[in-house]
Amino acid sequence: MRDNANGQKQGAAAAGEGLLEKVSIRNLDFYYDKSHAIKNVNLPLYDKKVTAFIGPSGCGKSTLLRVLNRMYDLYPKQRATGEVLLDGKNILSPGQDLNLLRAQIGMVFQKPTPFPMSIYDNIAFGVRLYEKLGQSEMDERVEAALRRAALWNEVKDKLRASGLSLSGGQQQRLCIARGVAVKPSVLLLDEPCSALDPISTSKIEELMDELKSDYCIVIVTHNMQQAARSSDFTAFMYLGELIEYGPTEGIFTNPKNERTQEYITGRFG
Amino acid sequence: MVAEHTVKSFDDELKRLNQVISQMGGLVEMQLQSAVEALVKRDADAAGKVVRDDAKIDELELQSSQLVVRLLALRQPMAVDLRQIVSALKISSDLERIGDYAANVAKRAIALSQAPAVKPLYTIPRMARLVQQIIKDVLDAYVERDAVKAVAAWQRDEEVDEMYTSLFRELLTYMMEDQRNIGPCIHLLFIAKNIERMGDHATNVAEDIHYLVHGTPIDATRPKGDQTSFTVVPPPPAEGAAKAAEEVK
Repeated sequence: MRDNANGQKQGAAAAGEGLLEKVSIRNLDFYYDKSHAIKNVNLPLYDKKVTAFIGPSGCGKSTLLRVLNRMYDLYPKQRATGEVLLDGKNILSPGQDLNLLRAQIGMVFQKPTPFPMSIYDNIAFGVRLYEKLGQSEMDERVEAALRRAALWNEVKDKLRASGLSLSGGQQQRLCIARGVAVKPSVLLLDEPCSALDPISTSKIEELMDELKSDYCIVIVTHNMQQAARSSDFTAFMYLGELIEYGPTEGIFTNPKNERTQEYITGRFG
Repeated sequence: MVAEHTVKSFDDELKRLNQVISQMGGLVEMQLQSAVEALVKRDADAAGKVVRDDAKIDELELQSSQLVVRLLALRQPMAVDLRQIVSALKISSDLERIGDYAANVAKRAIALSQAPAVKPLYTIPRMARLVQQIIKDVLDAYVERDAVKAVAAWQRDEEVDEMYTSLFRELLTYMMEDQRNIGPCIHLLFIAKNIERMGDHATNVAEDIHYLVHGTPIDATRPKGDQTSFTVVPPPPAEGAAKAAEEVK
């Protein structure tokens, strides 16, 4: 075990690997009113890696994801206790600027959610909230984001077309472009391919492979094969608890916990 | 752990794979036993049957390979299921080689049945019995998923290697004593080598079982008792050889 600059102990996986713990989830509990949905979760999220959350319906994986950019703040009876450190700073603290947080930690949802505006404005809208850019600078930012999301070649001649005119897979890549345009450090993907066909799914998985060289990526998926294909680390959750966490290869070839093995081999009982 | 997959047909296919491996194992054990019996009894007909029956083992190996590919393609197995399926592929390959060696022993038994008997014949059945027991234990360990039993069998192969080393020396001595012994002794040497290789393949199976159960390879290096690569047996003194040559005349 190795201490990082903030004196936190890193997991065994990090020992000597040159991994940077971008987000540290510490003693996290979450409640939907009286329902205890996340129970004392401790978890590292490494920079420039993809971490997958897997588990059966209701296990808390999407809830956990939504804690990371404080989506729950939109709802009165939902609350979290514990700490979520982004670069050492606790984002659950009351003093945290939520808009800034959601620029640093971007989110893509299961159903593509392009804004009802042009492709160009979909990207520019978010950027305008945080920065004042001249026309050519904005053009560059939009192009860079669309290139980063592997969408530029398909839309460069129709930037004024509505975002809603794109196919499902393209819309999802537009949402990813929108997310990276505001220069986040973390990307949260909540079942990003559930609504997509296999070809679009493969394109998004290839995109994740490219994007991870610049971001910390977290993906929630109920498709175990996708988690196996595209993640570096996997966290298995069950009934609100973190049952097992480790390098993806180990989880899928030789998991340490019986329940993990039951879930991933299809022995649901 | 919950024993059964929610999709029962997956369990049925895994059971089928297990059955093919067990069947192969049973046949292989019998082939070794029959080959050595044919050798000792100098029974060319029985030996010929062993040679022909090897085709059954080859057929089962083909079946198990096809089952493995099917399972990998259609079931996307993970964790213990994946290890079991991959191990079955390797185990069936090792069993098929053991079967081939048994058939080779039978072929040489046919040749030997046409030559006069040579002294060390009791050592070879002893070696064969030991290897048979190792194969049996390893197959039981596979069925029971018992890594401890597999490792115990794995270690006993050293004894087989030691018997082979001493047999090697003995045969060299007989060959140097009397050149009429050379023909049969060469066959016996090959037979002994085949049996020793059967033991080696059985230890491969043991290693695969350990990996199947634990997900990690056996830690230690297997103790190897085969010293024949380094063995030099000095020829008997010149006057002894001359005296023996005299007696032959």
